[in-house]
Amino acid sequence: MNTTTTQQKAALRDVHKDASMRKQKAMMGAHYDRLTAAPQTGEKVCSTFVPGNLNELIDCFGLVNNLPEVNAIQNGLRRISGQYVLEAEKIGHSEDVCTYVKSDIGMMAKGNIAPNGRPFPKPDVLLLSYTGCFTFMKWFELLREQYRCETIMLHTPYLGDGTVTPNMIQYMVRQLRDEVIPKLERVSGVKFDIDRLRERLARSAQAEDDLVYVLRSARNRPSPIDAYFGGIYYIGPIFGAFRGSEDALEYYRFLRAEVDERIAAGTGPVTPEGDMGAEKYRLVVEGPPNYTNFRQFWKMFYDEGAVVVASSYTKVGGVYDLGFRHDPRKPLETLAEYCLGVYTNRSLPMRIDMLSRYLEEYQADGLLINSIKSCNSFSAGQLLMMREIERRTGKPGAFIESDLVDPRYFSAANIKNRLESYFQMIEQRRSGAAHAA
Amino acid sequence: MGASLSMSDVATIIARATALFEDLDFSAAREWKSARPERKVIGYMPIYVPRELIHAAGMLPLGILGGGDQLEVIHGDAYYQSYICRIPRSTIDLAVSGRLDFVDGMLFPSICDVIRNLSGMWKVMYPQVYSRYFDVPQNYCDAIGGNYYVNELAELREALGHLRGAPITDEELRGSIAAYNDNRRLVRQLYEYRRAKPWQAPATEVYLLTRAGLVLPVEQHSQLIRDYLSAAAAAERPRLDNCRIVLTGAFCEQPPLNLIKSLELAGCYVVDDDLLLVTRWLSEDVPTEGDALQNLAHAFLHHSESTAARYEPDASEKGQHLVRAVRRAKAEGVIFACPSFCDPALLDRPMLQRVLREAGIPYVAFKYSENFGQMQPIREQAGTFADSIKLWSAQ
Repeated sequence: MNTTTTQQKAALRDVHKDASMRKQKAMMGAHYDRLTAAPQTGEKVCSTFVPGNLNELIDCFGLVNNLPEVNAIQNGLRRISGQYVLEAEKIGHSEDVCTYVKSDIGMMAKGNIAPNGRPFPKPDVLLLSYTGCFTFMKWFELLREQYRCETIMLHTPYLGDGTVTPNMIQYMVRQLRDEVIPKLERVSGVKFDIDRLRERLARSAQAEDDLVYVLRSARNRPSPIDAYFGGIYYIGPIFGAFRGSEDALEYYRFLRAEVDERIAAGTGPVTPEGDMGAEKYRLVVEGPPNYTNFRQFWKMFYDEGAVVVASSYTKVGGVYDLGFRHDPRKPLETLAEYCLGVYTNRSLPMRIDMLSRYLEEYQADGLLINSIKSCNSFSAGQLLMMREIERRTGKPGAFIESDLVDPRYFSAANIKNRLESYFQMIEQRRSGAAHAA
Repeated sequence: MGASLSMSDVATIIARATALFEDLDFSAAREWKSARPERKVIGYMPIYVPRELIHAAGMLPLGILGGGDQLEVIHGDAYYQSYICRIPRSTIDLAVSGRLDFVDGMLFPSICDVIRNLSGMWKVMYPQVYSRYFDVPQNYCDAIGGNYYVNELAELREALGHLRGAPITDEELRGSIAAYNDNRRLVRQLYEYRRAKPWQAPATEVYLLTRAGLVLPVEQHSQLIRDYLSAAAAAERPRLDNCRIVLTGAFCEQPPLNLIKSLELAGCYVVDDDLLLVTRWLSEDVPTEGDALQNLAHAFLHHSESTAARYEPDASEKGQHLVRAVRRAKAEGVIFACPSFCDPALLDRPMLQRVLREAGIPYVAFKYSENFGQMQPIREQAGTFADSIKLWSAQ
């Protein structure tokens, strides 16, 4: 008995990863090394956000991209975000607000150590791409206090009426042309070259094609990917510091080939414990995951044969599967369109449409919402979204609650109970439908 | 009115304002609407909408600020998780319970993600009602944010014109700007009066009076303030040895009236606040000559209040509005009263507190919700704060 337990523990430690995951890990490692070496190499650092991330533009100026949300996620996955959140609360930040912010502030208070064990450099510029999340604005005002560096606001109007208007595009292009670019030139000392931007945008579009191919592969039965837990890995490079780079192109080509192999072999997603068993439930998931107990959370799904075939979280740094691609023919307009279209910048009716569509297109059994305590941008309105999507599609919804990087709000037993009840409900619906037939 | 005014006049005015405040069926607005068949009512939420445009369309702008502590939320909790603030759930409750069934349109200003998402919920729940998320620029350059805002205003103007069946004319708009200029001057005068003589204009009265401006036609509200200022000046009240404080953080979800009363009972004169900012958002008169939308945009960009929902591009200016408010009001401290789960107020608070520390201004902080009923801890906290200020200032 003891031997078995030990073997199981050993197996858990020996996490199974796709080749693409290992490749991404190496890319991330190299990026953190580059970032933390900036004070020695003289490279300048630009902090910005995932939604509305203008990586192509940042890279044009030779700036190294640092994403505080990704750092918070890393700290969540490494289970050190909890202490950072507490540290921020100790120094006066409310227990009610976003834990990404508090993880970041707490990390700064505790030495600002990157995942590679070296200190993060002070940013030379904060590019406040204010897209789809109110907290971003306050977050960078807070960081500006600490770093006292140039802070550039790029305001993305919200798609309240569900459409991108010429006024919105014009506003954003003017901000980019007259404020963002001149300030980035000043900080970096590099003159803006629109052709450099075009090259990067062209690469982005190619990588986006491959990403969409991968995400859409979940239409297969069984799905070769998990579009939420696995999807978080797949979006990493394109949502992070690599969009527009040769590395990203190569990564997505590689990932696409890997997914093709799985489709050809008829295999399901790779989980931390190897290939997933038989696919029993196909879900669409709305909302970010919990990162402090990420593997435990994922296990609750694959142990039950549940695979996520589409998710909204994998659209938070850009919605590509509805047709948008970065377009090098109109460089500034395309950056504006990209920012305007990210998931959290879309109105609730747009989000409802999108998720309803996913339920049908991916032949999902139902919608699961993971409602995040500290993310109002996602969470406010989700109960109505669930009811409306259930009404439209006739498919059952379920609601669980957790937090991004605050371990105090992850209740494993509670979530597991709800998931099990949900899977039973799906079974009952199926048997009801079978009897009716 | 003049010399004959007395405390009973103040009481009458405040009784009217209180009745308006307590009326969750919005009877006054319903009566206004029913007086003429073509009349329409446009609801709006905090912090700011250009009410001039609604007024110019011949419509009544109606401030919707949740249900306060008088509304038992029955339906609203089914729409929101426990960690979302209170104002959207009680607003939904007002709507679901039919209390807003006479409202012809709703504006949801750019203040936070919760109100932003509520705009989408409204579209799903009430597709037949005009509703709009009213975005404002976070870029304050005339050629960039200004142009964007002028076009947003033009879209709103067109939509309201469409709703009433005839475009809003320039003349109508200029007339409305003049009416609101007058109203804002009076609100500023009211605040100045309270700064000078807070014992003569208690915070609860100023609040109720200002709040009446969210349900009354602007002309009636202006007259109400005029009457109050005359009546208050004519009725001497005892001056207490209270400390003078600025109340901040309460710009969206409203504190219960009892909370404001409790601060006064605890020995604090509220000499400035950020309650109901829409009534004085624009700090200078908007010109009535020239292009009305350009004028409104210019006023918004260059002469409007600072608050957490607004980006401060100049790092050295961050929080200085609060320091200036303290200095202007000769206040001795600041009370941060923020709604629970309010992202703008709570994320801003540490930065404002840092600025106050650097300026040597004492502060205290607590949270509330609109239906919060436990005033004893508030009285104790505010009372201790007031006592400590008195002790410090005596040293």
